[in-house]
Amino acid sequence: MFPENFTFSIADWVNGWVDALVTNYGDVFRQISDTLLWAIVNLEGLLRATPWWLMLALVGLIAWHATRRVLPTVVIVGLLFLVGAVGLWDKLMQTLALMLVATLISVLIGIPLGILSARSDRLRAVLMPLLDIMQTMPSFVYLIPVLMLFGLGKVPAIFATVIYAAPPLIRLTDLGIRQVDGEVMEAINAFGANRWQQLFGVQLPLALPSIMAGINQTTMMALSMVVIASMIGARGLGEDVLVGIQTLNVGRGLEAGLAIVILAVVIDRITQAYGRARHEVSR
Amino acid sequence: MSTQALNKIEVKNVFKIFGERSAEALKLIGESHSKEQVLAKTGCVVGVNDLSLSIGAGEIFVIMGLSGSGKSTLVRHFNRLIDPTSGAILVDGEDILQYDMEALRQFRRRKISMVFQSFGLLPHKTVLENVAYGLKVRGESKQVCAERAQHWITTVGLKGYEKSWPHQLSGGMRQRVGLARALAADTDIILMDEAFSALDPLIRAEMQDQLLELQKTLHKTIVFITHDLDEAVRIGNRIAILKDGRLIQVGTPREILHEPADEYVDRFVQRRAATV
Repeated sequence: MFPENFTFSIADWVNGWVDALVTNYGDVFRQISDTLLWAIVNLEGLLRATPWWLMLALVGLIAWHATRRVLPTVVIVGLLFLVGAVGLWDKLMQTLALMLVATLISVLIGIPLGILSARSDRLRAVLMPLLDIMQTMPSFVYLIPVLMLFGLGKVPAIFATVIYAAPPLIRLTDLGIRQVDGEVMEAINAFGANRWQQLFGVQLPLALPSIMAGINQTTMMALSMVVIASMIGARGLGEDVLVGIQTLNVGRGLEAGLAIVILAVVIDRITQAYGRARHEVSR
Repeated sequence: MSTQALNKIEVKNVFKIFGERSAEALKLIGESHSKEQVLAKTGCVVGVNDLSLSIGAGEIFVIMGLSGSGKSTLVRHFNRLIDPTSGAILVDGEDILQYDMEALRQFRRRKISMVFQSFGLLPHKTVLENVAYGLKVRGESKQVCAERAQHWITTVGLKGYEKSWPHQLSGGMRQRVGLARALAADTDIILMDEAFSALDPLIRAEMQDQLLELQKTLHKTIVFITHDLDEAVRIGNRIAILKDGRLIQVGTPREILHEPADEYVDRFVQRRAATV
């Protein structure tokens, strides 16, 4: 047994802190929550209102623009058609909306943070352990306070997803910028490029493959949160997996699971293709 | 004062010490400890050791030394990619160490450009965009950029490769792009840090000829770094020989060859005589 007089607990302290947060700043969080909800609901409405054939055509167009090859484009469109064919189109759109918003927020937070951390070793030393915690902490632990602050539904699902999905993007943005060839940086410095010109003219373009790999990872991780998100009331494909588990309907669970995989493959192929810079494609 | 006006670059008692305890190291050098002793006592590396020299306008000034002699460190002081630990550096009589960030940027954009050993080309930009880079950075119009870049691409013999990517070119062609980029910026001073060292002997000789040919009409002040005495003698108006961050000898190629200042310089010269 571990000696009794050495033990302590931070549980009460944390509970008190969260309670205070909820009572004092509840309105602020409610406001954030409402704004975010408005964005998701509208995006979801738009995606679901779009006719399925137009949606497929759009995805096909994006896939073609990204890969410039016929076969991947056809396969991507065909796979999505399959999801519609098993009757999951509506849920697919709901999941897609959730994922797009989560990814967008992750990008808005992740890329600037990655850039800053590439600039400063000190910030990086603080940030990296934090990112480790964000990625390894079981998501249910932070789901409880997030639920208390934002209530049930899509918004806490988004927050939980961002906490889990933003770290790889921050890491890979930082890595990509740090890996830019030292002599190239020296050269543009020698020609008098200012910080802005260095960042947008050279560092970000050269880090692009790495950043796109980060966005790719973010979307994949966001998708892996879909089932957990459905446990706290987010609609979509995860819901079907959950119902499948609860009613021992293996078939239904599998269908929804495969639909998630298909969505993952489609987004993966498209983001990866954009990650390959143009001058490398022509190689 | 009259000599000052002719001198494009003037370096006065410059020390560069790498490491945390540079002040301490500086003191030790002052007490005439050697580079090795300073390293052992403070963990600091002496890059440049009490170096003074002046470079005249319009000359090709070669700085020569073995690797580790501090020549690449020294040349980076001229555009302040590296700041000295102590000493003064004057360009056109102005103390460039007093420049703030903005003044330094303007100085780098207008007055001094550089060619790098491993080229330092932007891999995501075409040859044309690379050559125009210096002009673009200082805000020249698109048309001026394209025109000037085209002119220098033609001059260095890369016509037809404007739209190529750097990775599609051979080493020699890449360095022509690097040279064209420096020339297009149209600065008085060009620093060339082992610019031809990565090239094979034939291409290297070709590039040397081209540089000399260009210099006949351009009259730039060129500071050329090399570890190769043949190259130094071939293109230099004057040669400075560095060892352990110290200046050993400055002189015309003839002076270096016929009156080597010490045994270190003599060894360079002897080796050359042996291979010829």
